[in-house]
Amino acid sequence: MRNVIAVYVENKYGVLTRVSGLFMRKGFNIDSLTVGETDDPSFSRITITLNGDDYAREQLINQLKKLHNVKQVKLLEQGSSVERELLLVKIRNTPENRNEIMAATEIYRAKIIDYTTSSLCVEVTGEPSKINAFIEVVKPLGIVEMCRTGVVALERGDSILKK
Amino acid sequence: MQTSKSERMTGSQIVIETLIEQGVTDVFGYPGGQVLNIYDELYKASDRINHILTAHEQGASHAADGYSRVTGKVGVVIATSGPGATNLVTGIATAMLDSIPMVAITGNVPTTLIGKDSFQEINITGVTLPITKHNYFVTDVNELADTIREAFQIAKSGRPGPVLIDIPKDVQVAECEFIRGGVIEPYEQSEAEDCDIDRAVEIINNAKRPYIYIGGGAAGRGMTKDIIALAEKIDGYIGCSFMGLSALPNSYDRFLGMQGMHGHYASSMANKEADLIIGVGVRFSDRATGNTAKYAKNAKIIQLDTDLSEINKNVKVSVGLIGNIVSSFTRILERCEKQSHPEWRGIVENFKEEGKRINDIAEQQAGAAMTPKKIFDVINEVKDENTVIATDVGQHQMWAAQYVDFEKPRRFASSGGLGTMGYGLGAAIGAQIASGDKTVLITGDGSFGMNLNELATAVTYNTPVIIVIMNNGVLGMVRQWQTLFFGKRYSNTVLGRKTDFIKLADAFGAKAERVDTIEAFKAAFENAMKHDGPYVIDTLIDMDEFVLPMLPPGGSIEDIITAKEQEAKP
Repeated sequence: MRNVIAVYVENKYGVLTRVSGLFMRKGFNIDSLTVGETDDPSFSRITITLNGDDYAREQLINQLKKLHNVKQVKLLEQGSSVERELLLVKIRNTPENRNEIMAATEIYRAKIIDYTTSSLCVEVTGEPSKINAFIEVVKPLGIVEMCRTGVVALERGDSILKK
Repeated sequence: MQTSKSERMTGSQIVIETLIEQGVTDVFGYPGGQVLNIYDELYKASDRINHILTAHEQGASHAADGYSRVTGKVGVVIATSGPGATNLVTGIATAMLDSIPMVAITGNVPTTLIGKDSFQEINITGVTLPITKHNYFVTDVNELADTIREAFQIAKSGRPGPVLIDIPKDVQVAECEFIRGGVIEPYEQSEAEDCDIDRAVEIINNAKRPYIYIGGGAAGRGMTKDIIALAEKIDGYIGCSFMGLSALPNSYDRFLGMQGMHGHYASSMANKEADLIIGVGVRFSDRATGNTAKYAKNAKIIQLDTDLSEINKNVKVSVGLIGNIVSSFTRILERCEKQSHPEWRGIVENFKEEGKRINDIAEQQAGAAMTPKKIFDVINEVKDENTVIATDVGQHQMWAAQYVDFEKPRRFASSGGLGTMGYGLGAAIGAQIASGDKTVLITGDGSFGMNLNELATAVTYNTPVIIVIMNNGVLGMVRQWQTLFFGKRYSNTVLGRKTDFIKLADAFGAKAERVDTIEAFKAAFENAMKHDGPYVIDTLIDMDEFVLPMLPPGGSIEDIITAKEQEAKP
């Protein structure tokens, strides 16, 4: 089962190492991890996606709560939160596939952000499922290189994570 | 916090003043290039804080750990950068696995040289990340005092553990204003939910065969009286994990002793037959439960722990009471009903008799030979209630766990979770200095060989530590496994060393004698108890002695081995 966990941490020396070290130590298999500063620069927010059962999820949350720099941990329920991911993908640019790339970009509401005669680079944002679908579409056209950020997520409505 | 005026100080002065402020009276350590400034301040403050110089940083870390185990105070160790810091690693890990509060202070190269592979530079915060509760790399002298205070707070709060503070040389030299504070209090512990207490009480009231399982989280927390009161009230029995030893006096008749791999027959059997297990400050470790898939199949489990990640970690529980163990336990004790379970008493008393019968057979077979049990009979007879027992790791440790008559808490120092051979001598020295009481180190020739250099420390400080080397010339515990599970192929466990421990002790300046009969052991032990200073008793025992009973690794109570001749199930 896919779990999205939001973690509010102090923005201090080594905090990302502490969090990622925990995964290795306890044998958790993490799908993605994103981190960035919040509106208050003394805190960062980490979003973790974990594929695992109830036991793995409970252990991960409880172990995270034990870390001194971790201030808040919350499981984000699928229905009541919004998730986004960003994909940058460089695709071979040939006369044969150009139209198809343009069409996919249009339909997926993606953006071409770099263009040369040999390759073009597309930016896509959306839920991971949309990103996956876009990748499937352009794969046969010749992906040169790609990079995805992993999921960031916020709860819908008024509930917030920070203390 | 008491207020006083601000004073201008260097980082190293702040280190010493903050340690004193936190109530530290003794620190263990070893000087070196990047802690020269701290040692200079220790020199100046030697009338206010006592430094014990060990032979090796590892010994210092174990001494700080032993110091903490007998006092409950935070043990403090200081080491220099690089190898000084890495030598602490085993001691810090030992403290981590057994939840012992410790603050380790290391020096490091100046911040300008960090990351340049400078002489004796090591990223010790990186190295110790997985084996500390938290650690710090201090880059600003203005944050130093509060960092040390927070380190003490973290070390002793909730489930205790080690915290490391790495201080680069230039931060030790830099100056800032220092305002003296008071001893920092631990973080407030959460309390278990009332409805969960009620659920636990309901389960207890409906149980017919209750068993209370005590661990390190309960030992030394002043719970002895309450634990006994609950056992009486619900007509149950008590057992413990290795770390729970000394929480209850062995003389108490409802106390069945240690359970698990080398536990007492009665406590392991009671686990199997119980319909309720109340785990108090235990983590249901593999050594205490055997195969968790087969563990306590008939029982509901209630678990009390301050660490929420322990609930449901190793076994699935019916009720988890997260938070202050002491108050959760008291609330249960107050609310549960008085019960009577004569059938359960009958069952457990039979287990006790069977356990005794198994032991007696082994002793009869041994005849006049100096068995481990006879050695501990002598120690129990001669020691008093304040005598501290420390051990190393191996067969001797399990014999100590089985046979020592513990009379009160915090009189036992032994590496449970990490199982650190070489732990004992440093820990015994730390425990003796902390308690001021006679300390008996039970060790083996293998374990003793690992850190016997600390004999120099014991002699220098004339520490009254009695070192009983249960000398069988082999690595007995590993050899026992080779006998049982590896077709008696004794790979590298027969030491065949020519070390003469008497001459060795003599060279260090310690008294020593060698004994090979139980009468001689008794005489030597009595001499040692009267002697003011370290005393080595080289005690020759048979290499084929086993620690029994034994639950094979990954096995369960059905696979119990109770006699040497018994074939282990594959």
